[in-house]
Amino acid sequence: MAGEVVIRAQELTKRYGTTVAVDHIDFDVRAGEIVGILGPNGSGKTTTILMLLGLTEPTEGRAEVAGFDPLRDPLEVKRRVGYLPDSVGFYDGLTARDNLAYTGRLAGLSRREIDERFAEALVRVGLPDVGRDRVGTFSRGMRQRLGLAEVLMKRPSIAILDEPTATLDPHSTQEFLGMIRGLKADGTAVLLSSHHLDQVQSVCDRVALFNRGRIALSGSVTDLAQRVLGGGYVIDIEARGAGVREQLVGIPGIVRVQVLGPELYRADCERDLRPEIARRLAPASQLLGIRFAEPSLNEVYTRYFDEVRHAA
Amino acid sequence: MRRRGSPFTGVGVVLAKEAADYLSGARMWVLEALVFLTAIAAAYAAILSIRANIGESPFLFLRLLTMAQDPLPSFIALLGFLIPLVAIAIGFDAINGEFSRRTLSRVLAQPIYRDALLLGKFLAALVSLTIGLLSLWLLTIGLGLLLLGLAPNTEEMVRMLGFLVATIAYGGVWLAVAFLFSAVFRAPATAALAALGVWLLFALFWSVVTPLVATLIAGPREGIFGPNLAYLQTALALDRISPNTLYSEIALALLQPSTRALGPVLYSQVQGALLGAPLPAAQSFLLVWPQLTGLVAAMILIFAVAYVAFQRQEIRA
Repeated sequence: MAGEVVIRAQELTKRYGTTVAVDHIDFDVRAGEIVGILGPNGSGKTTTILMLLGLTEPTEGRAEVAGFDPLRDPLEVKRRVGYLPDSVGFYDGLTARDNLAYTGRLAGLSRREIDERFAEALVRVGLPDVGRDRVGTFSRGMRQRLGLAEVLMKRPSIAILDEPTATLDPHSTQEFLGMIRGLKADGTAVLLSSHHLDQVQSVCDRVALFNRGRIALSGSVTDLAQRVLGGGYVIDIEARGAGVREQLVGIPGIVRVQVLGPELYRADCERDLRPEIARRLAPASQLLGIRFAEPSLNEVYTRYFDEVRHAA
Repeated sequence: MRRRGSPFTGVGVVLAKEAADYLSGARMWVLEALVFLTAIAAAYAAILSIRANIGESPFLFLRLLTMAQDPLPSFIALLGFLIPLVAIAIGFDAINGEFSRRTLSRVLAQPIYRDALLLGKFLAALVSLTIGLLSLWLLTIGLGLLLLGLAPNTEEMVRMLGFLVATIAYGGVWLAVAFLFSAVFRAPATAALAALGVWLLFALFWSVVTPLVATLIAGPREGIFGPNLAYLQTALALDRISPNTLYSEIALALLQPSTRALGPVLYSQVQGALLGAPLPAAQSFLLVWPQLTGLVAAMILIFAVAYVAFQRQEIRA
């Protein structure tokens, strides 16, 4: 059901001896939503994923995935979750079909279901003709696509993708992101771990920023931008005429104006000043366009960790 | 907290896939070819020798397995030497290979427990080894039938079947050792070296170590009034820690029916016995029962340690 919470973590904690890998985190993911998890290496992203899959036991706290406790009912959880690890591995000596048939049989699919879903999944990931080829001959990009085909074959209600585009070229990355959007369109909840902030921003509804085992920030990119970058309303203005910048600076509520190009300006505002800007520019200049600027996740991420470093 | 769902879910799928991999893999073919060639050569040499003295024993087929003909050792000596190597070669990368191929997290993300993966892999390796040994066993009997022109009698068949079971259990012990090191060490080469080290210890050095330790524990071999019984019993107990000793004792008792005891025998125990007369097969089986159960127990125990080691490992992609 759309909007239903399908992943819930409460006070989830994992310690290895004295090292705290994940420290009392809380978050949830809803059906049909793509949630990105970000953070530096060693910040607890993969450990969190492994706990959600029941592959690692939490030290404290609890998780609920597709309505089941991964610690108590790992098999039920794994029946409903498709997982694509980073740098996914296959049995090189086996064909693509044999590799996926093996995990399909482990997932409880019948031979007929495997045949049907395998062909369909290969088409969706753009590898329709490689079923009989040995995986040893595949490029990294093809392996990642095959990994996603495995997830699709399972028809999961939740897909957990751990750095799925880390080894892909730009063109394949764009195609892969399209496939992730396709999962969302199917109603699948997606938990996406990645270091590529622009990619996360382009597909995710919400993001959670991990730092030292904790979730430092979470929400939509706009929410995070307001909290980290301050101000909150960034407006891009396209206008032709003399003295546009000066006119913008004179509007009360505009904190800063940047010139991005010959006829392009960016204004950091205290509130939504689009009507006021349009009214003020109209007499002397030609207004070509005005819209909210998309805050950059990259900027949020960089600013946040700069502040953390300075605070330390 | 108790986990729900059977730990055996998926064992059959893992077993089928792994057995197919083992049986069709180049590694298995090379190993089988090595064992077949050497063992058949030993059996053939024994047959040539037996044909020259065909009336000497009522158990000609058993002599096929026990008789050595220079320069080749006997069939059972070759098996005792080669089976551990085959088992180690099959199992040394069973678990760490999944790590290095990065397939472990992908497989364990399917609805199975680790228990099923480990058990399925072990059973697949044991099944592959059994198929190889069974083929060798049938081939040897066929060779005997062709070249000796005689069929084995029932008692010989029973004894040879018992020996086959013991050989599988012996291979199982070394498979478990290989699996243990493959779960403990992430590098397959390290696991193979460690397993080979244990094999070398028992195959070559154990017979050197046991007299020294037995002397430390029970005193010198010879006492004032003759052999020191405490020493002999201690040395034998230490010897029997080695699976090689257990296996060779089983082979001796089952394939040489005249064997009446597997350890020091007191004069009072052999009074009235017809020395050299063969024991019935049932009596021979009773004689080797502790050794056979010892091999099976060792296999289960070592596998259990491998299981614990694997359960404690973190699964990272």
